[in-house]
This record gives sequence, structure tokens and C-alpha cells, in this order.
Amino acid sequence: MRIELEKRAKVSALFSILSPFIAFALTIVFGGIMFALLGKNPVAALYSFFVEPLSEVWSLHELAIKAAPLILIGVGLSVCFRSNNWNIGAEGQFIMGAIAGSILPVVFYDWQSPLVLPLMLVLGMIGGALFAAIPAFLKAHMNTNEILTSLMLVYVAQLFLDWLVRGPWRNPQGMNFPETRTFGADAILPEMIASGRTHWGFAFAIIAALAVWFMMRYTLRGFEITVLGQSERAGRFAGFSSRKMIWFSMLFSGALAGLAGISEVSGAIQQLRPVISPGYGFTAIIVAFLGRLNPLGIIAAGLVLALTYLGGEAAQLSIGVSDKVTRVFQGLLLFFVLSCDTLIHYRIRLVRERFAALKADEAH
Amino acid sequence: MGIVEAILLSVITAATPLVLAAAGELVAERSGVLNLGVEGMMIMGAVCAFAATQLSGSPYIGVLAGVAAGALSSLLFGFLTLTLVANQVATGLALTLLGLGVSGMLGESFLGMQGIKLQPIAIPVLSQIPFLGPLLFRQDAIFYLSMAIVAGIHWFLFRTRSGLKLRAVGDSHGSAHALGVDVIRTRYMAVLFGGACAGLAGAQLSLVYTPQWVENMSAGRGWIALALVVFASWRPWRVVAGGYLFGAVSISQLHAQAFGIGIPSQFLSSLPYVATIVVLILISHNRRMTLINTPASLGKPFVPDR
Repeated sequence: MRIELEKRAKVSALFSILSPFIAFALTIVFGGIMFALLGKNPVAALYSFFVEPLSEVWSLHELAIKAAPLILIGVGLSVCFRSNNWNIGAEGQFIMGAIAGSILPVVFYDWQSPLVLPLMLVLGMIGGALFAAIPAFLKAHMNTNEILTSLMLVYVAQLFLDWLVRGPWRNPQGMNFPETRTFGADAILPEMIASGRTHWGFAFAIIAALAVWFMMRYTLRGFEITVLGQSERAGRFAGFSSRKMIWFSMLFSGALAGLAGISEVSGAIQQLRPVISPGYGFTAIIVAFLGRLNPLGIIAAGLVLALTYLGGEAAQLSIGVSDKVTRVFQGLLLFFVLSCDTLIHYRIRLVRERFAALKADEAH
Repeated sequence: MGIVEAILLSVITAATPLVLAAAGELVAERSGVLNLGVEGMMIMGAVCAFAATQLSGSPYIGVLAGVAAGALSSLLFGFLTLTLVANQVATGLALTLLGLGVSGMLGESFLGMQGIKLQPIAIPVLSQIPFLGPLLFRQDAIFYLSMAIVAGIHWFLFRTRSGLKLRAVGDSHGSAHALGVDVIRTRYMAVLFGGACAGLAGAQLSLVYTPQWVENMSAGRGWIALALVVFASWRPWRVVAGGYLFGAVSISQLHAQAFGIGIPSQFLSSLPYVATIVVLILISHNRRMTLINTPASLGKPFVPDR
């Protein structure tokens, strides 16, 4: 028995839409099997993982809070991945954005003004973009692989944050805990709806997704991204510069990751701590692919992956499985997404080796 | 034992997992497959080696389990990228994310347990040589294996017919296919070997380097190994040189932290990662040299026409 691929004459429109759903269904089936192996009732476990978090108003707010950074980063990454630039260091850009944006409420905590918050957001974007500028410069001008450099910089950013909150930025009134001051009222991203904690970060995420959707669909820049991503050579003939595209896509995704970072810190945590992200920058890679690199798809995918974070916490409380299950689900999901995407370009056939040879002979 | 010997010994211990993982990845990349899942395969190797050692009481069973775990993980990668021609970069990332998740879950019940260390084996006569003896010939089995594997890879790639075929597949899969080489099978073998090596590297981490299980204990070593392959311009012995260089960097920063020189520990800890970036810049800024050294089909999918 062998698997053979046959190239489709044209891209399957059906599977382009269906493949993320198939992938999600397969993840659920495998998740059920995994829960059964752990000795839990799979139906009850899956219920508490995927349904329970959706049943209450406060948990819907938590969902939006967790989806906001995932969508923001994922949308930025989709531009990178489409143009064939592999920025996988969004986690680091998220952290540096959070740090840059926190300069005002931590260092200049005395300054109170309605300008503080908008400046923080801008600084956050600049911080993320500057940190992404390092791999961008190295790729565009030093020919250095951006995958490895952007990833290495994640560790650097994590250690830098750790140093800040334990060292110069530690709260002098904080009983020696490794945290900064809590932000003043002017530095806090307000809640969006009266019914709960969802802050404006979620609105930023939706706006960013719509803007990128518009850019990809209706502007020359969007066309340039697609062309350069599919064939650098063709892009050069069209007069597009792949070097400029490296800069654009990396800075753009870095800025969005930075905005996600400062929004998370200013909206949800309201101070800096040694760890400010449960791996949003990496999970956003999954979000980008599950959304098939389409900004509107990414909104939905961001919500799905936010659900896996909540589900992990819920399942830990109600059925006593480890919240590590979240990471497993996320990894499985990406695996299934990538394998289901094959269906878009290929027909998959199971072939019995000898049988196929015989048939071929008969046909002649 | 003098201080110099002690430091050199710790450098060797820190370098061995890097050398192993990079050597395995080198073979996969020589066949044209870019497997970014080294970190994931390594951590799976580490957790399975630790678990099997605890359950069986024998670290050698642990080593086997680590190798098997790495190989099995790589098979998953192979199935996606070779059989289903999924994007290699994305699939490698998926393998890393999945490996970190699964290892965290599997290892949860082993957290904080006292590990069993893989004991050194003294080689008769040679281990009596002053200075070099204790350094090179009173080591654990994984160190000996790492040297044997690098020598074996060098011999295989450049002295055997199969090695020539593997390099041909990596440089031009179309031509190799036309000449009757089974591209997909060759790549499966290379990926599987890379996975086994990464698993062995992981076993070294949880059985020799720090004999216990800590979540995310590979701490980016899989990624450093990937950088080492570029650094080594895809040549086996240069992987050893690079691995030992990085081992030295990470050990020297540990010693600097212990001596308490005035630099914050976080800056010292980030040294290996910064060093990786610097080395990558130095090695790849010459575009032409990079182009000559890189396997020409690296990362490109292959679908045999029928």
C-alpha cells in the first residue's frame, strides 16, 4: 500500500475552504483518543475543553483577550509568510514592544496625561519593529537566514525582560518581587464593553485584520507581496524589489507583534513581569496557517487557538488533566492543517503496489 | 584533576549534544530536506530517555528510548513533507511546537525526580595517558558515539556510493530521479537518521549533562544545531569544531556567572544566542560562498512524475 499524489489541474476551491475544518475535526478526534489514553472520558473531556469556556460571559471575554494578540501577530505573520519571509521571532518582538511601550508608565510614572496611552501604543509598535529590523537587516544586506536569527533573538528578548524586571525596573515598593510598578490610570488600555474585561486590543486586532485584508485584495502592495512570495524571479521582472519586501514584511509584522505586546501588558497585566506571554508569538504561527494566511480566516483561527488556552485551564480544573494539553492540541492542529493543505493542490490516492502495475498492463 | 581539565571536560559535555544534533541534521540537509524540528525531536529524546531510564533503571535503555523517540518524531515530519509534500519550514516548526507540548505532558510525572547518570567508561591503556586520557577516554558512551557518528558520516558521504547518491539527491533531485535513484526513500532515510541523532542528543541532555527532567530543557540547542550546520558549510568535521566552539561559549558564560563578574547573569546567558547570530553573519555574508556550499535542492519539495 502506497500513497500517491496527483497534481490537480487547478487549485481545489472546495478544499481551500474545507481543509481547516477537516484539520480541526481530526484534531478533536485525536484529542479524544489522547484523553481516553489518559484514562478520562473523552466526551466529557472534550466538552470541558472546547465547549465549557464558551458557556459564560466572563469566559467569552477571556477568549477575546487571548485572541487579540494571536490575531494581531498572526495577521502580521501572514504578510511575512506570503512574501516568503520566515519571521518566527514574533515572541521576541511582542516582548520588546511591551518593554518599549512600558517606558512611559515605568520610568516616567509621574507624567500623567491623556497622551500617555497613545504614545505607549506607538512606542510599542516602534519597539517591535526595531527588534524585527535586526533579522530584516541581516537577511536583506548580510544574506543571513532570518529563521535562525529571528528565533535566537526571542531568547535574547526574554532574558532582557527578565533582567529589567529583576534589576533597574523593579518596583521599589514591591517587596522585592520581580515586577515593575503597576501602571497608572492613564497608561491602562480601557475596556471595550461594559460587560467584562475585553480591552481595546481586540478592536486593534480586528482593524488590523480588515486593513491587511484590504491591502492584500485591492492594493498594488498586496499584489507585490503575493508575487514576490510565489516567485522572486517573476517579481523582479515586474520591477518589485525583494530586498524592500524583506524590510516591509518584517517591520510590519514586528510592529503588529509590538502592538500586541503593549496592548497585552497595558490592557490585561498592567505591569511587566518576567514572563508576559504564554507563547503567543509561536501560537500565532499556527493561527496564521490555520487561517490559511487569509486575514479574515486568521480572525476565526485566533479565536479557535484562544479557546485552546482557555480549554486547557478549564480541563485542568474540571477533569484534572494537565494544562500542558493545550500545547499538544496546538501542535496537533498545525500538523493536521499542513497535511490537509495537501488536498488543495493534490489528489491523494492509495495505491496497492502490484495491483496498480497489473492494471496498468491491462490498460495497454 | 586540575581546573583546566575540569573546564575542558564541561566543554565536551556541553558540546556533545550540539555536535550530535547538528551531524544528524547535516545528513538530512545534504539530502535536500530542511528539518527545522530539531528542537522538538531533541526534547522528545530527552523526555523519553529520562522516562525509560526511570522505569527500567538502566540508562542504556534510556538512550535507546531517546533515539527511538527522535526517530519516530522525524518520521512524522517525513510523512508530511515527503509523502504529502507539505511546506518543510512550517512542518519543522510544527514538529518543534508539538515536541515541546508532548514532552511537557509526558514529563510532568517525572519533574523533580533524581536522575540516573550515564556512567563514563574508561578505555583501557588510553585512559592512562596524562591529561588527554581523562578528557577523551574516560567519557560516557554517547561521547564516543558522537565521534564515531561524525567519522561515519564523513566516510559515508564522501567515500561510498550511497553517500554520493544522497548528495546527488540533495543537489539536484530531478537529475537523481532521472538516474534511477529513489529520491523519496533516500530522503526518508536521511530524515530518520537526523531524528535518531537528535534523539540521542536529547538523551545526552537528560542522562549526562543534567541528569534530571526539566521542561524545555533543550533551551534552544536544537536551533543552535541548525545554525551549526550552516556554520560548518555542510561538512561533518566542521560540525565538531563549531559544536566545541559553542560548548566553550556556553561554559565560559556559566563560569563567568559563578565568578560573579560585574555583568548581569541574563546578559551572560544570552551570549550563546548572540554568538549564534554573529557566527551566522560571518559565515553567510558572502553570498557566493553560501550558494556554492548549500545543497541546491535544500527545502524544495519533490513529487515524482509518473
